[in-house]
Amino acid sequence: MLNLRLERAPAPWWLRASIPLLAVVVTFALVSVLILAAGANPIEVFFEMLVKPLSKRTARLEVLVQATPLVLAGVAVAFAFVSGYYNIGAEGQLYAGALAAAFIGPQLAGVPAPVSIVLMIVLGFLAGALWALPPALLKVRLKVDEVVTTLLLNSVMLFLISALLNGPWRDPISGWPRSPTIAASAQFPQLIARSRVHLGLVLAILAVVGLWWIVRRTRFGLELRAAGLGRQAARFMGVPVERTVLSAALVSGGIAGLAGVSEVAGIHGYLIEGISPGYGYTGIIVATFGGLHALGVGLAGLFLALVDTGALSTSRALGVPAYLGDVVQATLLLVTLAALLLARYRLRWGGG
Amino acid sequence: MEFLLTLSGATLRISTPILLAALGETLIERAGILNLGIEGTMLLAAFSGFVTAQLTGSLWLGLAAAVLTGVLLSLLMGLLSITLGLNQHVSGLGITLLAGGLALFAFRLLYGGASTPPSLDHSFQRWSLFEDTPLEPLFGQYGLTYLALLLVPLLGGLLLNTSFGLRLRAVGENPEAADIAGVSVYRVRYQALALGGALMGLAGAYLSLAQLGAFSHGIVSGRGWVAIAIVIFGNWRPSRVLFGALLFGFLQALQLRLQAEGVALPYELLLALPYLVTILVLAVVGRSASYPAALLKPYRREGET
Repeated sequence: MLNLRLERAPAPWWLRASIPLLAVVVTFALVSVLILAAGANPIEVFFEMLVKPLSKRTARLEVLVQATPLVLAGVAVAFAFVSGYYNIGAEGQLYAGALAAAFIGPQLAGVPAPVSIVLMIVLGFLAGALWALPPALLKVRLKVDEVVTTLLLNSVMLFLISALLNGPWRDPISGWPRSPTIAASAQFPQLIARSRVHLGLVLAILAVVGLWWIVRRTRFGLELRAAGLGRQAARFMGVPVERTVLSAALVSGGIAGLAGVSEVAGIHGYLIEGISPGYGYTGIIVATFGGLHALGVGLAGLFLALVDTGALSTSRALGVPAYLGDVVQATLLLVTLAALLLARYRLRWGGG
Repeated sequence: MEFLLTLSGATLRISTPILLAALGETLIERAGILNLGIEGTMLLAAFSGFVTAQLTGSLWLGLAAAVLTGVLLSLLMGLLSITLGLNQHVSGLGITLLAGGLALFAFRLLYGGASTPPSLDHSFQRWSLFEDTPLEPLFGQYGLTYLALLLVPLLGGLLLNTSFGLRLRAVGENPEAADIAGVSVYRVRYQALALGGALMGLAGAYLSLAQLGAFSHGIVSGRGWVAIAIVIFGNWRPSRVLFGALLFGFLQALQLRLQAEGVALPYELLLALPYLVTILVLAVVGRSASYPAALLKPYRREGET
């Protein structure tokens, strides 16, 4: 008789390493159904979406532009998730950073560019961390679940931004709900000629390296991971769990804030309501798909940016709505979550 | 007096979708599952209801399609969070992102980039209970509003006084004990999800088939998150959830009224109030006993993989 058993044990490394690939294949198989329903050829769509952008210089660089906020948001989320703190508030923290940048940016005229830029970055980080503070304090002091509080603060931040843009910041001449333009010295420099790639990409790379270094190479990172694996056990090991989780939450909010600064100072030059089409939520996909590992998060951010960029060009070339990109990303999240289960099991032949 | 009646009528209209969705979420959370799929579920339900009504010309079929959408998405949530035991926050958020993406994808596919949102020739009309009386502004509501109000005592009774309600609360408070007592934890959780999903579907249908008679991208715009807040504010009890939903509806109605009268007021701050109050409530009560104890915990039998 066939004797196949499922056992709870870490899966072999090759299986764990192939999970992202498996998730991508399953995702595209599922999404094919939708593409067929839309009357298009899935192969053609995937080629247009995932391969075509890589063959053109402008599109390749545009992927990097798109990846900048996604990687920052992904690192922000990963930082919190590693410690077992489910920060769903990256979207609001991103806007907090953007708010700080839009507030300080116009006042920096005449200040040397390096000083202006450092100020923008520091204040954006602090603003993101500040917006992350109340839920984090509620969590460590009163054991209030952070998921709902961080999620609700996203909406509060959006209302606050809306109130500012429709109130004191409304453009007096055009009447547009947009903040005053930031000073030239506060704008992130362009990194590559004839492209929109800006300093934010360097921040994103630094964030990835920082995530790797802190989580893998420092005592604080060890404590983060211990707290994430189990609060009680970590406490017995002498890990200051509350302080660790609080720090993780604040750093997470700060990095999300950087994503907001980077969009204001690197792309728009001012703040508008739609500055993030949900990067904070996509960051959760980036972090999960990247397995909460630094390198994985970086690659996941690039891949999702490719999906976003490709979805736009696909809609122009083949008439398939660009929302296909959102569907691909969300499906990828759910499939990855399910596929990660595989990493916990081993298939065994034979009895015993 | 008329001002108050009109304001109360508007309060009820605005509260209805929040109330329906929050009642659904209450049932689901009482069974131990936090369904963050609520926002996307409402959007896809509003859309599927709208499309079905437009294609078939039947509002009732549209309503049925919206309810079915809510149930199906809830079952997907069940597959992820109950059967596979995955993280509820991330699964729920994934469902919101997926359902939202699907709705907007299909909307764009079917209606192109139309600049004006497509609307129904006929949408659900209000029932006037006291026609040509001073009470008309208050009691001229959509059928779904009366249904939502009726559901408050019904679901309260269901939770407290029926064996199904007892089982539902048991799997949300202490699934191990419920299992030992012979309750199928998985099945009851699935049932709660399906029932709650149906209510979320109704909430979506109310928006597209009754209140607006149209569909647009921003048709739900955070109402699902408000519902999540109101479940907590309402202490997971239908009667207090009703109070929370009415309070929210009132603030919104007041804000609309003041805006219409040209009162200069940062109305966004009024809109943010329910969220802030909920966070404040959480801060005051902390993780008190009224939280369903097994919320967020996937159930696995001892030794089961």
